[in-house]
Amino acid sequence: MSTIIATLGTGRARRLRAALTVLLAAAVAVGAPFYFAPFQVFQLTMVLLYAVALAGLNLLVGFGGQISLGHGAFFAAGAYTAAVMLDRYDTGHLATLPVAAAGCFLLGLGFGVPALRLRGLYLALVTLAFAVFLPPLLKRLEPVTGGSMGLTVDKLQPPAWSGLAEDQWLYLVVLAVTAVALLLARNLLRSRVGRALLAVRDNESAAEVMGVRLSLHKTLAFAWSAMFAGVAGCLYTWVIGFVSPDSFSFVLSITLLAGLVVGGLASLYGPLLGAAFVMYVPSVSQDVSEAAPGVVFGLLIITVMFVAPTGLAGLPGRVRAAVARRLPRRAPTSARTPEAESAPDGEPEPDAESGPESLAESGPGGDPESLAESAPDAEESAAASAPDVSPKSPAASDPSATDTPADLAVADAEPVGAPPRTEKE
Amino acid sequence: MRKTTALRAAAAATAALLTATACSSQRGQDAQDTAADGACKGQQTTGITDKSIKLGGIYPLSGPASAYGTISKGVAAYFDHVNDEGGIDGRKVEFVVRDDGYQPPKAVEEARRLVEREKVFAVFQSLGTPSTAAVWDYLDKQKVPQPFVATGASVWGTDDKHPWTIGWQPNYVSEARVYAKYLKDEKPKAEVAVLFQNDDFGKDLLGGFKEAVAGSGVKVVAEESYEVTDPSVSAQMTSLARSKADVLLNITTPKFGSQALAADAKNTKWNPLHIVNNVSSSAAVLQPVGFKNVQGVVSATYFKDPADPQWADDPEMKTYTEALHKYAPDSDPANQFNAYGWAAASSLHKALDAMKCPTREGLRDAVRSLKDVKVDMLLPGVTLATGPDDAFPIESMQLMRFKGERWQLFGKPVDTRKEFGPVAK
Amino acid sequence: MSAVTEFLQQVVEGLGSGAVYASLALALVLIYRFTGIVNFAQGELAMLSTYVAWQLVASGMPFWLALPVTLAVSFAGGMLVERIVIRPVQGAPELTVVIVTVGLFIFVNALAGLIWSFTVKDFPQPFPDGGLDLAGVRVDWSTLGIIGVVAVVMGLLYLLFQHTAIGLTMRAVACNPASARLSGIRVGRVLMLGWGLAATVGAVSGVLVAPLLFLEPNMMGGVLIYAFAAATLGGFDSPVGAVVGGLFVGVAETLTGAYVDVVGADLKVGVPLVIILAVLLVRPQGLFGRAAVERA
Repeated sequence: MSTIIATLGTGRARRLRAALTVLLAAAVAVGAPFYFAPFQVFQLTMVLLYAVALAGLNLLVGFGGQISLGHGAFFAAGAYTAAVMLDRYDTGHLATLPVAAAGCFLLGLGFGVPALRLRGLYLALVTLAFAVFLPPLLKRLEPVTGGSMGLTVDKLQPPAWSGLAEDQWLYLVVLAVTAVALLLARNLLRSRVGRALLAVRDNESAAEVMGVRLSLHKTLAFAWSAMFAGVAGCLYTWVIGFVSPDSFSFVLSITLLAGLVVGGLASLYGPLLGAAFVMYVPSVSQDVSEAAPGVVFGLLIITVMFVAPTGLAGLPGRVRAAVARRLPRRAPTSARTPEAESAPDGEPEPDAESGPESLAESGPGGDPESLAESAPDAEESAAASAPDVSPKSPAASDPSATDTPADLAVADAEPVGAPPRTEKE
Repeated sequence: MRKTTALRAAAAATAALLTATACSSQRGQDAQDTAADGACKGQQTTGITDKSIKLGGIYPLSGPASAYGTISKGVAAYFDHVNDEGGIDGRKVEFVVRDDGYQPPKAVEEARRLVEREKVFAVFQSLGTPSTAAVWDYLDKQKVPQPFVATGASVWGTDDKHPWTIGWQPNYVSEARVYAKYLKDEKPKAEVAVLFQNDDFGKDLLGGFKEAVAGSGVKVVAEESYEVTDPSVSAQMTSLARSKADVLLNITTPKFGSQALAADAKNTKWNPLHIVNNVSSSAAVLQPVGFKNVQGVVSATYFKDPADPQWADDPEMKTYTEALHKYAPDSDPANQFNAYGWAAASSLHKALDAMKCPTREGLRDAVRSLKDVKVDMLLPGVTLATGPDDAFPIESMQLMRFKGERWQLFGKPVDTRKEFGPVAK
Repeated sequence: MSAVTEFLQQVVEGLGSGAVYASLALALVLIYRFTGIVNFAQGELAMLSTYVAWQLVASGMPFWLALPVTLAVSFAGGMLVERIVIRPVQGAPELTVVIVTVGLFIFVNALAGLIWSFTVKDFPQPFPDGGLDLAGVRVDWSTLGIIGVVAVVMGLLYLLFQHTAIGLTMRAVACNPASARLSGIRVGRVLMLGWGLAATVGAVSGVLVAPLLFLEPNMMGGVLIYAFAAATLGGFDSPVGAVVGGLFVGVAETLTGAYVDVVGADLKVGVPLVIILAVLLVRPQGLFGRAAVERA
């Protein structure tokens, strides 16, 4: 392991490279709207917007270990806050963002309290019930929400000085908010809150014994998560300019959860991949079969889960592991993939005990949009060598489960790109 | 090593992007084609040539509203049929169908795809009020015609800010007026119980009905709503039965229509006059309930029901059935939604024929100055008529009563504009 | 009709819809007991089974012959689904399996639409028309029939869980698959059996409710939400709880919808939400569920 780190050079060089990566990724992200057609820019905008909601859900589900099937409702709350402010009070777009964020934070806080009592399944179903209940409630509050006809509001318009088209301006604004949101999510996880969350997820009793204030952190996780969904909802109103109760049915909540799991739980850029899946795959499905896009979409979800049970973010790691298994101990000369260079020249086994479940570890840094992930990280090299001591779930520790070897190898193939969760030692 | 991978990927991506940008950006190619000379000079000719015309449509082919997706089959079959006969004024029609899953944000995406990538001449039909409301601002800005949207909300005709969008079917308020007139004439002291779907469709129809009976002896004494996600309406029907009203106005979509008809038939203690709205009046909805249970039910219609034997020898119906067998062999010609699509498409054919200029502006103006245009799939006596202060193409409906195994039309088509004046905002 | 009979009529109505929710909730409980997951596709599989029955009847088979054939097909189908769709992700995180069932939901729903279209289908009523008149309160034979069948299925499941060897094995598998495997239980077979049985119970549910709700691909979508509510209320691992929960939810939402004007028919879906929250805050494991004792 140490040899690999040595070949990468000093920590300083690494930081320099990482900074450069971020810069390039940022350049690509900012340059995109000047290259792609307006229609594609709109699609990218929607991907970013969904990514914010998924990042919030990820805080709760991926890092907090609580399942919510009601995030569509928080998304709707954010969207409606923005729409009502624009429609009734003419506040201007920028004012709606903090209000939507704060409102959803409080709403999440309120929901976080009963969530304390509820575990896993029960919490999931109560949140689902909330998602089902919201559309009729919005219809009932007709004087404010416009009832079932919904509200049409102005989209965010580019200021005259910018000289940009509407889609470009929307994209850049959403990009900025998304970048801030993703960085915030990342920093949250690195803070006390994040460490506490991970500890609670991995072993609630142990965490409590060690002095983590369970109730506070679980409630806060819900609140932060709801806030992200609310921000995404607010952006939605800016971009689409139309809200209606039936746009936020419980299907949205389930789509969000599916997007997150498909993208990769507990991964920092899983939300981006999941958002892209939610955005692009339905269109692809229609291109495959016009008669029944749903058949194709359903099959694609199942297929992705077969190929990448830990989500798309974990896929490259699994591929790498598979390659490593195919070429045991031999020099990786024949493989032309970039992973081949990084394949350890030594034994693959020694690190095998370092947590088969560590999802966050598996994944490439190659995604140019993964700003948060590829940001410089001084503590990484130190943290990387520390074995992940997360307990195994019964399913994963199942000795005959077919993918266990792959998981072991995943952990091995990616020893350096330390995930945030290794910080909790 | 991970950072290097990331770095290389980002660098490669940026390089590729920069090269591509330098060579040719995908932006800036959306300059509109315009007519060069004559009276039509300067008008948009995107998507139309002397030989072809390209149209797009947005339907829910997947998701909860996919029952309506088959409308696109009827439309496509009509255009295929016309193309085989030489096209519309020598122009072959290309009809691009996109799926929005009944989600407004998807509808926006697909509208942009149709306009910016497919470069359609017009977006012919978007289905459902939410989807249409989400895209009409965009289409208005792009100056793309959106003729004959597949929803009966009255807002398409009362609005004056969106000249490019126009409805087609009788709006729900007009339909309500037909029933109101019938009751005022036949049962001037009627007490009416109403079952309605809690969305724009149900509210519009119920509101129109209340307005139309205001000041007369006809009173609404009970109203119950249901959500599209509800499993059944039996509880609502039991509540309505308590009112002992002598008329039941059934404002539902097909499955719930069947349920309500069955519940009414089952309750032998309450036997109101049952008025079922047009959407649920197809013989395909009544047949599962059992024809013996729906004798004497009243409804109103404006196009020929393909499941109704009285049109079996109608020449247009024969053409329709043959065309559907030929071009859409897997869809059922007896499904009224197919016939709806056919009727709307042939209406568009007439409008295209009536264009003064073969341009988007030409179509916009043509659909707004239809002079009693006859369409063979519509009932005899029902015509398309629009003008400067009339943006509702069809405003006449004819009452019918179910007898034996078929609907029997009675009375003359009711022209609601003549009877009640224009629909107010 | 006096106010009392009207009230009782609403209660009967509520019990009728409650029995519908309970019937699907039983299938949810069954699969949860076997596999420890929530199956989002349960309702859609039930719908698919119902279409199989419909197709058999439509092609001339008598209903009472079509029914056992459908149940057998559903049992085999359920096992097949486990083998083909669920087995490959067996070792993956729990949520992955749940999302696979979501994918299955979308797939089956669209497939049914593709094969049978979205036109409402008439499904034969196994129970006679009409009903009892108990002092002015009408009770349909179909309502009584559904409640009866649900009670029988509940009883059978109870016996299966508590008094058979397979019930014991199944509990061992759901509790800890690894240990179960080590003690010689063939976990794969038990899971297949669980899916098969759940699909069969689902098929019973679909056949029961189809004459009331009318058969179309989205028939079970709305029922599923209420079935979740029923199962949650009852405590997701108890068949008795599922039935009591279902009936309770049905009656509560019908009565509040009819009598509490502030709630009304549009917001009555919120009633189960409030009840569930209230119950779970007092008893987080549901009314009849067993609290999980945790080993740190």
